[in-house]
Amino acid sequence: MVKITVDRDVCQNYAQCCFEASGAFTLGDDAIMTYQAEVDESLRNDVERAADFCPTQAITVE
Amino acid sequence: MSAAGVVIVGAGLGGLRTAESLRGAGYAGPVTVVGDEEYLPYSRPPLSKEALAGGIDVATLEFRRKASVDDVTWLRGTPVVACSLEQRFVTLADGTVLEFDGLVIASGIRPRRLPIPGPSFGRHVLRTATDALALRPLLAPGRHVIIMGAGFIGCEVAATARKLGAKVAIVALDEEPMMRPLGLELGAGMRHRHEEHGVHFHLGHTIDEFIGDDHVRSVSLSDGSELPADVVLEAVGSVTNVDWLEGNGLDLSDGVLVDGSMRVATDLAPVVAVGDIARHPNALFDGIPHRIEHWNMPTETGRRAGQTLAALLRGAEPDPAPFTGMPSFWSDQYSHTLQSFGMPGLATSIVMVDGEADGPCIAEFRNGSGLVGVVGVDRTPQLAAYRPQLMQRPLAHA
Repeated sequence: MVKITVDRDVCQNYAQCCFEASGAFTLGDDAIMTYQAEVDESLRNDVERAADFCPTQAITVE
Repeated sequence: MSAAGVVIVGAGLGGLRTAESLRGAGYAGPVTVVGDEEYLPYSRPPLSKEALAGGIDVATLEFRRKASVDDVTWLRGTPVVACSLEQRFVTLADGTVLEFDGLVIASGIRPRRLPIPGPSFGRHVLRTATDALALRPLLAPGRHVIIMGAGFIGCEVAATARKLGAKVAIVALDEEPMMRPLGLELGAGMRHRHEEHGVHFHLGHTIDEFIGDDHVRSVSLSDGSELPADVVLEAVGSVTNVDWLEGNGLDLSDGVLVDGSMRVATDLAPVVAVGDIARHPNALFDGIPHRIEHWNMPTETGRRAGQTLAALLRGAEPDPAPFTGMPSFWSDQYSHTLQSFGMPGLATSIVMVDGEADGPCIAEFRNGSGLVGVVGVDRTPQLAAYRPQLMQRPLAHA
């Protein structure tokens, strides 16, 4: 499993993660991002892209 | 292979991502990144937004670097001034010579300065953390801030300066703010939002002269009017940092021309270019090389360039697959968020498909090839569905 942590003090809901890894990060109609703390290994590449593309570097992937 | 390794000129996001990609692609030789700033790679978008509003701590803006680049050498505060591709070395401003087997051009862009008469003290640009640190204390309540240029940086700083209580006027030749990517209607909608927050626009005009003895006190416009000025931000586009590459026979007419693998056309050495400086073709759109100064392009082009250079350095041909990275930008102004996918600048028609320009809305940008881009204001959740749609455009043959 891929473990995802988002630092909510740093996250500004820019939603770039939702575009790169829609299987793990979801933008609600209120424009607030929610995410799954653990996703399948098959999503690792997407999730790592999401972390790379985060403008505030709020995402940690283990 | 000699022990010279790879030299990456430019310590921004593009340089970092290319270093990570080189390691990811199995390149194990020495990598040296040379940057003209004092800082390790950091995030620039907050410099006109929340970091400018809240205080600039560069350490908190630094990108997290993957463990694979722990052994990379970072040379900071040392601009590269010359390069010989034939003899494979670069020369730094302090005279240091660095030899290379492969070269990454990631030297980016700098703000364009216009030759306008008058004092220089009080005139600012915004590209680096150092620029932001100089600008931040000047955006104080009641101060007169003049912003030259109505692009994204100008508009974002206008919003931040209003938040900080400064008086803001924007002077620009364009008909509407952010005209080139947004078009007239969306641009007017963004202007109305700024006007509601007290920003004054002087569109269709230029600044002819800065007035003051040793410090700018006012600006003289092309319509003959004069505006008080405590600080001027010049945000009128950028020029590419290609000077150090002169004399190597490269096409430097608008940044550095590369193919879809980010390879620079030269037989002299393995060379790639990335980020704001790389004029690259995108097969998802017209296949014609463009420079794209969007947030995600240094990462998209850097990933590809690292794979290409790693292949070249082991004597292999780079992956010939066309480049199809999706251009994407966002902008925060007041409580409003702009989000775009694709290349709206290629459109010949713009259709508002949801809402109106003064409220939450989505506009589709089209040309003869179909949908080429989409821009939304306060509609980011609804906009997400357009990205996969644009990813499925038929590929252009470059």
